[in-house]
Amino acid sequence: MKIKDIVRVIEGKVICGHDLLESEIHKGFASDLMSDVLTLDTDGLILITGLANTQTIRTAEMSDISCIVYARDKKISEDMINLAIESKIVLIECSSSVFKTSGLLYNAGIKPVF
Amino acid sequence: MYFEFDIEGGDFSKAGLASSQLKKILKQLIGDHKIVKRTVVALYEAEVNVVAHAYSGKVIINIDTEKITINVIDKGPGIHDINLAMQEGYSTASEKVREMGFGAGMGLSNIKNNSDEFSLTSEVGVGTKLVIIAYLKKE
Repeated sequence: MKIKDIVRVIEGKVICGHDLLESEIHKGFASDLMSDVLTLDTDGLILITGLANTQTIRTAEMSDISCIVYARDKKISEDMINLAIESKIVLIECSSSVFKTSGLLYNAGIKPVF
Repeated sequence: MYFEFDIEGGDFSKAGLASSQLKKILKQLIGDHKIVKRTVVALYEAEVNVVAHAYSGKVIINIDTEKITINVIDKGPGIHDINLAMQEGYSTASEKVREMGFGAGMGLSNIKNNSDEFSLTSEVGVGTKLVIIAYLKKE
């Protein structure tokens, strides 16, 4: 599924990475615990989280995660945007809960990691 | 190749700088490879540990044709019981660290799982030394 279609499904707002919206994503993971994310051995994931800070971007950078959705209407800061641009990561804001966002994407065909 | 990075305790804004630099260097040297992700994940968790628990720290990276050797040496309170600290779920992290998305007691075991050799030594009241080795060519 293309990131641009993910944005449509969750009614999200792309904050940065507009040039990367044609990239394909097949699997997703939802967590507020970055240590959990760092245990995953899957590349090209979408991360759905309710935690908005620079460490979520660093975690994505190390884990080869190309797109992060910030659910629960969490706001993305300027520092986060700068880091994400450097690491070519798409950041999306979304007003739904983590549960709803994950459900919408699961229904649309995004597979779980496990 | 030899690199050194300083880490400041408590400064979460810079946690990940060393691992980010290492990732860029390794991608140039060996391209997209499992070892790159494993090594930078291990170093990143180690950096977060120093920021979360120590006063200051140093990351020293040596890369040769056979392996990547990373030393993470900090000045801090040290670890009272390394076996206990290695147990998944055990953590002495502060509320602030948990708010950053860490401090669930998974860091050290995640570092171990992502390295070929792992050594952790500590002196209470002085600091902690972590050595991680990743072999570039596996038999």
